[in-house]
Amino acid sequence: MSDPPLVLDQVTRRFSIAKRVVVALDQVSATTTPGLVTGLIGPDGAGKTTLMRVIAGLLRVDSGGVRVFGVDVAADPLAVQGMISYMPQRFGLYEDLTVQENLDLYADLQGLASGLRAARYGELLHMTGLAAFTTRLAGKLSGGMKQKLGLACTLIHPPRLLLLDEPTVGVDPVSRRELWSIVDHLVRGAGMSVLLSTAYLDEAEKCDEVLLLHEGKLIGSGPPGDFTKSMAGRSFQVRAAGMSKRVALTALTGRAGVTDAVIQGESVRLVLDRDAKPELVREAGLKDAVVIPVPPRFEDRFIDLLKIKAMAESPAKTLVMNPASRASTQTQPADVVIEVKHLIKRFGDFLAVDDISFTVRRGEIFGLLGANGAGKSTTFRMLCGLLLASSGTLRVGGFDLSHAAATARGQLGYMAQKFSLYGDLSVMQNLRFFSAAYGLTGQKRRQRIDWALSVFELTPFRDATSRDLPLGFKQRMALACALMHEPEILFLDEPTSGVDPLARREFWQRINGLADHGVTVLVTTHFMDEAEYCDRLVIMGQGRILAEGTSEQLKDHCRDESHPNPTMEDAFIALIEANDAQIAALARQA
Amino acid sequence: MKAGVVMRLRGLIRKESLQILRDPSSIAIAFLLPAILLLLFGYGVSLDARHIKLGIAVEQPSAAASSFTTEFSNSVYFDPRVFSTADAAQTALAQEKIDGFVWLQSDFARRLAAGQDPSIGVYVNGVDANNARIIENYVQQSWAIWRSSQLAASGAKDPIPIAIEPRIWFNPAVSSRDYLVPGLIAVIMTLTGALLTALVIAREWERGTMEALMVTRVTMLEILISKVLPYFFLGLGGMVVAVIIAVFLFHVPLHGSILVLTLSASLFMLASLGMGLLISTIAKNQFVAGQIAIITTFLPAFILSGFIFDIGSMPWPIKVFTHIVAARYFVAILQSLFLAGTVWSVILPNFLALVVMAIVFLGAARLAARKRLD
Repeated sequence: MSDPPLVLDQVTRRFSIAKRVVVALDQVSATTTPGLVTGLIGPDGAGKTTLMRVIAGLLRVDSGGVRVFGVDVAADPLAVQGMISYMPQRFGLYEDLTVQENLDLYADLQGLASGLRAARYGELLHMTGLAAFTTRLAGKLSGGMKQKLGLACTLIHPPRLLLLDEPTVGVDPVSRRELWSIVDHLVRGAGMSVLLSTAYLDEAEKCDEVLLLHEGKLIGSGPPGDFTKSMAGRSFQVRAAGMSKRVALTALTGRAGVTDAVIQGESVRLVLDRDAKPELVREAGLKDAVVIPVPPRFEDRFIDLLKIKAMAESPAKTLVMNPASRASTQTQPADVVIEVKHLIKRFGDFLAVDDISFTVRRGEIFGLLGANGAGKSTTFRMLCGLLLASSGTLRVGGFDLSHAAATARGQLGYMAQKFSLYGDLSVMQNLRFFSAAYGLTGQKRRQRIDWALSVFELTPFRDATSRDLPLGFKQRMALACALMHEPEILFLDEPTSGVDPLARREFWQRINGLADHGVTVLVTTHFMDEAEYCDRLVIMGQGRILAEGTSEQLKDHCRDESHPNPTMEDAFIALIEANDAQIAALARQA
Repeated sequence: MKAGVVMRLRGLIRKESLQILRDPSSIAIAFLLPAILLLLFGYGVSLDARHIKLGIAVEQPSAAASSFTTEFSNSVYFDPRVFSTADAAQTALAQEKIDGFVWLQSDFARRLAAGQDPSIGVYVNGVDANNARIIENYVQQSWAIWRSSQLAASGAKDPIPIAIEPRIWFNPAVSSRDYLVPGLIAVIMTLTGALLTALVIAREWERGTMEALMVTRVTMLEILISKVLPYFFLGLGGMVVAVIIAVFLFHVPLHGSILVLTLSASLFMLASLGMGLLISTIAKNQFVAGQIAIITTFLPAFILSGFIFDIGSMPWPIKVFTHIVAARYFVAILQSLFLAGTVWSVILPNFLALVVMAIVFLGAARLAARKRLD
């Protein structure tokens, strides 16, 4: 019993994709502590899922070994599989079976005696709030309910080690919070050991210990507190009076001594190098800035580690900001560029978008924030002219979308969620194709392609196949393609989901630069962090706008004495819960 | 430990059965498709020649010539048209107004009267070789029948040396339907066995449920058994539907033993399921699984099983190849059981071949199935 839940010894796993060999796991060694929640943290492509599958006995290792409670996975996978439960990314549910039938199946598979079932089912159904839905098909459940059912299925016969592979990806913040409370109550109460992978860095702080994975390598491990502790005294909030937050950010980013700088609300959150002094803020030209020390976050340490690594690999790497070539001088900055009035979209008798109105001014970064199914994608598609509104007015760049959709679309740049690139084409071929698709020819086209290659630092990759590029570069290329025709309005659909924090910062720096030059940016996201980058945003829920304002104004909704510094997620959850309560009250009246 | 195996198998089989019941497409493949295919083949496709448009070029009208022509008009097989010259008939043939013609030369009646052999010419459009052979055969037979009746009527002492007296066994009406419908049962069972199984397993890979399944105490053998059993019964159900339609709707006789039919169908089903499982170890998405299943099982069952095309007349390399098509043995058994009865000399070798096929395919599937993703 004294064997630790998990011992990883120099685990290495390679995949050969086409002609390339990708090292998914590179000599990963770690030991986890019994009865704790161990977080496996890292961006997409870090190797989290591969590691999960190796532990579950689904993949072999090229070298090294994995022991679960002392049992070698390679030697006796079945014995290991008897001790663990595993929830894969898509929850492993049978969508054509009911909630109860899914539970029955996993009870049979895990060998739970029938006499014990009724009590166990009751407990799990109560905990997950699914008691009222036992006869519903799993496919008809919401994302959050599926997640909870998936978790319940893995817990029917309490395992000694529970593996959860990105259980919180794609589900709304409310469900995320509920999942964490289930993990807390049940799992910790039962003394179970948990390995949970996530790409959300803020979830690291909810774990007892973390393994930090980046590009297949373990770059850190230990209690999350240790990570943040090592950053003590290095995080600050910078409020620059009389200066736009974006100008302040640009002044600070990339300066010697600055580890990280991001926009947070109306101020800039600054992380300094170990030996740097906060005085450098003044040296950076922010004379009247108020610099307040703030507690460090887990993400600060992650960025710190990545920076150190990046410096070791290519010390000269700097983040050069290159705005789009066109500066907006012709028009007043206060121009309304996007106008949405009483917009409604019905699909049959389902109201996907229920009477929403908002306006976006030139040079603004405007966000649509909401969980999956809140109606943001539908709104977005109508704004792009891809879907017809059922009623209401939509004006983009001065053109009414119901009459002049094609003209309105001509001034739009659109970057789709999965970076709609042609994976089989090279970077250069993609740029050629998109420039031609936007109607560029001759000299102009060559200029724009050269611009894209240099500004987005894609020249070294011009002949590389797009599919093989790292996610961050794919994202850069997608943005380059969307900007080929120098649009005045840029639509971004979930632009940074899954990319690592460094690439995300770099991306937002470019977007900030564009906005400063008068490009209007509309962005949808379910990442609460990303909302901080927006000048103004709306929070959507069930097709309606629940709140509108700057991120600080939205946070005011739930700011009180016990929560003086709420996060965007706190604000979001407060709004959703208030809305749900209102709907429930209306239902009671009716 | 034993209780665990039973419990897991019960859970998996119940899950599989529920999925079959809820998924209209598996019900459709198992029951609706057999019915549609049988109706299509039973009513639509026929290898029998009927109402052949036959020209008769009579260069010199005579009593004998018109008697011969009448022989054709009275037949259900021919719709004759009379031409006065061979040239006219040839033109009609070229224009595809007729499928062939019989040429009665000007000396037809004279040679006949003189007791000489009045040879006739037969011209057939050979584009459709199968049809051409049928026409040729029918014309020859009709000629033989007419000749002998002529000789009998004339009271000739010496009948012609060879009188063809065909006696067709096992399918007295020579109806191709009686021959096609039993073979079709093998094709239909291939669909449920290989295609459906390969598809449902690929679906589990696509939806990520296989991954969840694998990380439990379940063994690969249990997963395979849980896939084989429900589809085994589904396939046999499809077979029962097909046999009922064959016997009661198309009146195809069933001479052989129903027990032998059930046993050999079960063996064939197991071979088919083995093939489906084998495909599913390679194909992890439904599209690829479907393509592979159609190319490796359904088409061979159609073309290489002897169901439509006679294996005996295939070139030898293909003849050798047909030995690895399980449907070949089952088609032979089915045709024997339906048309001839339980002929052990035919059934036994094919039955043994099916046993070997079932063992080979199921065994290969067991060996190829790994409880791993790589």
